[in-house]
Amino acid sequence: MSSVSFDAVRKIFGKTVALRDVDLTIRDGEFMVLLGPSGCGKTTLLRCLAGLERIDGGAVRIGERDVSDLPPRDRQIAMVFQSYAVFPHMKVYDNIAFGLRMRKKPKPEIERRVREGAVLLQLEPFLDRYPAQLSGGQRQRVAVARAIVTDSPVLLMDEPLSNLDALLRLHARAELKRLHTDVKRTTVYVTHDQIEALSMGDRIAVMKDGEIVQVDTPGVIYDRPANVFVGAFIGSPPMNFLKATARNGTAIGEGWQLAGPPGMDGKPLLMGVRPENIRIGEGSIEA
Amino acid sequence: MTAVARAAPRRSPSRRVLLDRLLLYGAATFLALWTLVPIYLIAVAAFSERGAVYDYPKELLPTRFSTDTMAFFVGSSGVISSVKNSVIVALGTIVLSLAIGAPAGYALSRFRFPGRDVFQLAVLSSKMFPMAILAIPLAVTFIGLGLYDTLLGVVIVHSAMVLPFVVIVTAGVFASVSRELEEAAQTLGTSRLGAFLRVALPLALPGLAAAAIFAFVTSWNEVFAATILTLRERTLPAHVVASLNQSPLYFKFAGGFFLIIPSLFFIYFMRKYLFNLWGPGK
Repeated sequence: MSSVSFDAVRKIFGKTVALRDVDLTIRDGEFMVLLGPSGCGKTTLLRCLAGLERIDGGAVRIGERDVSDLPPRDRQIAMVFQSYAVFPHMKVYDNIAFGLRMRKKPKPEIERRVREGAVLLQLEPFLDRYPAQLSGGQRQRVAVARAIVTDSPVLLMDEPLSNLDALLRLHARAELKRLHTDVKRTTVYVTHDQIEALSMGDRIAVMKDGEIVQVDTPGVIYDRPANVFVGAFIGSPPMNFLKATARNGTAIGEGWQLAGPPGMDGKPLLMGVRPENIRIGEGSIEA
Repeated sequence: MTAVARAAPRRSPSRRVLLDRLLLYGAATFLALWTLVPIYLIAVAAFSERGAVYDYPKELLPTRFSTDTMAFFVGSSGVISSVKNSVIVALGTIVLSLAIGAPAGYALSRFRFPGRDVFQLAVLSSKMFPMAILAIPLAVTFIGLGLYDTLLGVVIVHSAMVLPFVVIVTAGVFASVSRELEEAAQTLGTSRLGAFLRVALPLALPGLAAAAIFAFVTSWNEVFAATILTLRERTLPAHVVASLNQSPLYFKFAGGFFLIIPSLFFIYFMRKYLFNLWGPGK
């Protein structure tokens, strides 16, 4: 079982607090997306899980093990980097085999698993090539294959699609999702792209300023954002915000009224309305 | 640019462009001749009969070609042993300067640590003191340490001389190797050191080779420290310099030519890296 949990994880860079006591639990086999604007700490959180950053407080657990002080190689994780980090001095085959060789797997097994990985990511024709001879999309697939063949129960991805062109990204997104369904690894996926997050994640953790603002399924995140930030950040075109006043379970604004929360009479309200939920009707509204 | 902007039909390049080109090629030709002519004359003298060197007026083409002069040089006493010493010292300088300089360069490129900028400047400060000032105190110190007139002593001094270059070059070389590559190796099962050895080092090798060859050539050509710090264990330049007074002219030309060769090879093979370092490389 490889659930992942962050327990009050804190990370400080100089005077900047990058992570403010982050708590998050990711279930075994779950596809968790960390979503947020640039500088919100999502990549830092991922790197703390990978062991590439030391945490300054709290604990990181994978399964039952506290891995907070373990180096990356002892954490049983595999990672796909934003730049792919495919080794330029090794052929595709050796790139994919790298993790297996480092873990001292027997040669026939390495051979078999590299072939399997190559089939899974349609890389068989390229095994004898160097990365420089590949396109961006192919390099990205090498990076994914290299991470997957190690059989690490936890798979980390740091914006793996952000360097692909739009069409390829669409295709690769579907491929990654299919891959996750096939291999069922616990996956932590960092992105700033809300469409990726909504279409791929089992659950999404929305981050802002080093904190997690909301963790839930894409549907709930979209329909019931925890606060104005989440509401405004998710959705394209963005959510409309309307000022209103509560009265008898009705929200009353300037020239309009909607069903509002019960009670709260006389309190000011901020109503978030998704554009697609607005329909043009007939007749006038009685004010 | 101006020619293109003009609405008139295309003509031959304007006079200005022509003048620019003329100046550029003129300057390049002048600089090339400035270095090539002496090398050429030395080569001609080294490969002519011994007597040819005293001819006047000089022949511009090697009409009296012969390996006699070079044979005489190589055969004179002390030359073979000093060449051997030079090679040992130069190789020793490569090993010592890279063993110290490459890790320092790596640290400069990868880690932020207090005093990093100061260190980067301090590395260069050793270049502030001319060897002429350092040589006497060094000789005294080396006598005390038993390093005087030993090859190890010369290796140490030569290493100190090339270290700033080695540190700065290797820092640049390692900086060009993406950090994510090493991190990827770590997530795939290597230690921090393993990631360096398997990923950063192989990728940095061409640049390290450039630094190594620079160390070799610097040591090979260095005269002053080698002359002052040795008596019997001479390197080749020190030997040539020490015997200048008693040797005939053709000996000097042959020695000069012999000393130039490695530098020529160095420049030829390392052009690419030198441009990367000092010019707008690719």
